Amino acid sequence: MRALRAAFAATTALCAATAANATDLEVTHWWTSGGEAAAVAELAKAFDATGNQWVDGAIAGSGGTARPIMISRITGGDPMGATQFNHGRQAEELVEAGLMRDLTDIAEEGNWKEVIHPSTLLDSCTLDGRIYCVPINIHSQQWLWLNNKVFEDNGLEVPTSWDEFAAAAPKLEEAGIIPLAMGQQPWQTTLAFQVLLTALAGPEAYTKVFGEKDADLAGSEEMAKVFQAAATAREMSKDSNVQGWNDATTMVITGKAAGQIMGDWAQGEFQVADLVAGEDYTCLPGLGVNEVIMTGGDAFYFPKVDDPEITEAQGELARVMLAPETQVAFNLKKGSLPVRGDVDLNAANDCMKKGLDILAQGNVIQSPDQLMSADSLTQVNDLFVEFFNTPSMTAEEAQKKFTELVADAD
Amino acid sequence: MDAATRPFRWHRNFSAKVAAIPMIITAMVVFVGGTVWTVVYSFTNSKLLPREKFVGLDQYERLWGSSKWLISLENLAIYGVFSLIFALVIGFLLAALLDQKIRFEDTFRTILLYPFALSFIVTGLAWQWILNPDFGIQHIVRSMGWESFTFDPLYNPDIVIYGVLIAGLWHETGLIMCLMLAGLRGIDEDIWKASRIDGIPMWKTYLFIVIPMMRGIFITAIVLIASGIIKVYDLIVAQTGGGPGISSEVPAKYVYDAMFLSQNLGQGFAASTMMLLTVVIIVVPWAYLEFGGKRQ
Amino acid sequence: MTKAPHLMKNSLGYAAEPEANDGDVTLRPAESPFQQVRLEEGPAGRKPRPFLSRRNIIVYGTLIFVSLYYLLPLYVMIVTSLKGMPEIRVGNIFAPPLEITFQPWVKAWSEACTGLNCDGLSRGFFNSVQILVPSVILSIIIASVNGYALANWRFKGSETFFAILIVGAFIPYQVMLYPIVIMLREIGLYGSLTGLVIVHTIFGMPILTLLFRNYFASVPQELFKAARVDGAGFWRIYFQIMVPMSLPIFVVAMILQVTGIWNDFLFGVVYTKPDLYPMTVQLNNIVNSTQGVKEYNVNMAATILTGLVPLTVYFISGKLFVRGIAAGAVKG
Repeated sequence: MRALRAAFAATTALCAATAANATDLEVTHWWTSGGEAAAVAELAKAFDATGNQWVDGAIAGSGGTARPIMISRITGGDPMGATQFNHGRQAEELVEAGLMRDLTDIAEEGNWKEVIHPSTLLDSCTLDGRIYCVPINIHSQQWLWLNNKVFEDNGLEVPTSWDEFAAAAPKLEEAGIIPLAMGQQPWQTTLAFQVLLTALAGPEAYTKVFGEKDADLAGSEEMAKVFQAAATAREMSKDSNVQGWNDATTMVITGKAAGQIMGDWAQGEFQVADLVAGEDYTCLPGLGVNEVIMTGGDAFYFPKVDDPEITEAQGELARVMLAPETQVAFNLKKGSLPVRGDVDLNAANDCMKKGLDILAQGNVIQSPDQLMSADSLTQVNDLFVEFFNTPSMTAEEAQKKFTELVADAD
Repeated sequence: MDAATRPFRWHRNFSAKVAAIPMIITAMVVFVGGTVWTVVYSFTNSKLLPREKFVGLDQYERLWGSSKWLISLENLAIYGVFSLIFALVIGFLLAALLDQKIRFEDTFRTILLYPFALSFIVTGLAWQWILNPDFGIQHIVRSMGWESFTFDPLYNPDIVIYGVLIAGLWHETGLIMCLMLAGLRGIDEDIWKASRIDGIPMWKTYLFIVIPMMRGIFITAIVLIASGIIKVYDLIVAQTGGGPGISSEVPAKYVYDAMFLSQNLGQGFAASTMMLLTVVIIVVPWAYLEFGGKRQ
Repeated sequence: MTKAPHLMKNSLGYAAEPEANDGDVTLRPAESPFQQVRLEEGPAGRKPRPFLSRRNIIVYGTLIFVSLYYLLPLYVMIVTSLKGMPEIRVGNIFAPPLEITFQPWVKAWSEACTGLNCDGLSRGFFNSVQILVPSVILSIIIASVNGYALANWRFKGSETFFAILIVGAFIPYQVMLYPIVIMLREIGLYGSLTGLVIVHTIFGMPILTLLFRNYFASVPQELFKAARVDGAGFWRIYFQIMVPMSLPIFVVAMILQVTGIWNDFLFGVVYTKPDLYPMTVQLNNIVNSTQGVKEYNVNMAATILTGLVPLTVYFISGKLFVRGIAAGAVKG
């Protein structure tokens, strides 16, 4: 122990000698899986290169686990230097309470308004014209993942859209294959519904319902189609008996199931299983109907601190996070898309390129986190969990309840 | 030390009072203070941070209008009753067996107790696998030739809470057993001798003499189990995540989800106020009877 | 064969003779030969029987059957922790590993990453010990003294405070999270080890106090009164009569606290800083990652490794449980 301490002391001393203004900056985040950690390492490397020191405070599990810790630290008067947070509505109160640092100066200096693409990302960091967070990547949810081999083995064409997929379902079932794999966790069913909504009713309808809380639209004939499709999806996934999203993805990989609606992070699972995008598996953004991408993602906030050295280091980190080199290195590891339109991603695979194309065309929608409060979203989650697990609940009933929720949402 | 010198009557209990200071502070400042705080903020619409924006009974109206909350209560009742009964009965029977001057007592006791050392998260995960119809017990029995065998408690909304119960009991009975064993070890040897001389059968000695003597231990065990039941959360999250659907939700999970997932602190405080109120209604009459000042 | 169980008990009985009583004339434990006689008789005082008696078949049969049920999940965990990921994906959870690999264990202990720090569970081990030892000791001391005061030295209002404490046992921890942040901030202990130790002591207090109070209350009053007549005071009776007589209940308290504090995650992260984070932070990060590939084998290995400390305590405490028999002799 003592030797170890001495070694630490020596290293610290060495660091201090090389960089006169080295500051330790504690950064909390919930990126703990293999690919995520590798991505964070890129951030840390870039930050350490500025002469400062990244002190890692990783806590797995976003909602219930990491959030109370971060809030306690901030309200306990002993904040970390920087913290990951779901941007959008969730951090609003912390900003309003004056606990977060205003980054507007740094943003203007770095011309963030120009370089960040799509610009909605920066909007969700903005409150009353001031900027409070750094968006760092884009994750999209609108993907249908299909196992090509399953379709070929059963004499079917690999579908190119949701309708074709739904049409193929009876044949797959006959062959003893579960058409649609779905995990039982609440957010997964909501995700599936949102994706169906965006794909079948169109991005405008999605924004109206979730953004403007248009209850009339939520109760319309147009939306009834979406609820029917959700009922079909429920039927297609009735034999899917797993909890986690990755367990569901594994069913697709092993051919027990034919497809899954899931975010771009599912790709990591296919890669680990050595499957090649376009050959072994197919990805259909927007279910092959409306090719759009949701621009949710991750962002970093910087709590207000008194120590000028830490404030300095915070600014440094904010700049580093948006530097083009960091963006490329980070997002390749993370499997997400960069927030800058002006960087070059040659190493990206087939599915990632599809995503980049859609992004370049500007077919983007905002994530529900940006549009609706966490409270209302949870109520929507609860509804769809109930719907997907209660075969006796009709599409009409679900739509009625959904309309009520939308009317009350904030 | 002062008490040893036979002090005057008015500060006879001086040492005891000094010794109880940490308890008094904990009870008054932390528990009473924290509870009052919680109740006050349950009348606000606090979201991410506690704020004094009072909204009357809104949070309670929403709480009782939520089907998730009602299902939570029902599950808690089922889980609570069975968990309490089985843990006490199984725990006592195992302790009685271990108290028979058996060989390998250490080994058996450790085997029965080890689940308690593991976190709920992993208990839930391990049992989730064992009860999974596709590769757990059902799969094994079917592959042995009994094709129609069905055992999928975690995937059937009607019985999912019993699936959780299996794991919960597996985790906690060992500790109850240890507690009972400690109680049995505290029973005077003469009791056994006397009852043997009187020719009372062993089961009767246990039922009518030993168990009444272990009243304190039973009360401790009941409080231990009951407080664990009220707080059950991790196990549900790891094993079922509240599913299928919302069929295995519990009140503690409702509170946590409201506070930290929905970021609706007010709603979480309202739900925990209801939980506390229930506890107070049950515990206070009991405490009154129990400590009604009959001893000493 | 028939003698063996008694011999075993005997040897343990000797080893476990209470020493804390030495020097107190009225309370000296029974002399060893006497004790031997008592132990020979057993609690139910049965005559020695052949090993394969009906009673033994029932007792051991039940215990072995129950043990198998209890061991099943452990078996699944161990088997899983020795498999590679491809085997887990396709395989049967009960099947023994085709190829045994210790890689998951190595990974869990020293390679699994928590964000940037890829040194597995080993990273938080010493922090956990540093949190565990003072928290367990302080909480047991305070709670046992509380229980003793409540059982034998009641004062006005003591039962009211106790009732409040018991209700406190039912409050979900998360509800108290923010109020305690505020309290610790106000007394300037937020983020420190001392603060965390206090929090553990507070949340352990209700159950432990109840445990000790009810156990001490079952101690025959005559003993207590005799000691009072001899002029012994609060602390002397506590240390010389109560503590030595209550070893099994101290063991239960220790089991409760060691397990609870060692497995605690929430308080450890909410009330301290990263340089004090306990091992469960790494365990949580290994087991609880929301995205990415779940490595079940590493999860299982990490869990078993984390459980080893409480398990070791359980093994060692076994001796003290047997000592409880010797303590029983004192009461006669």
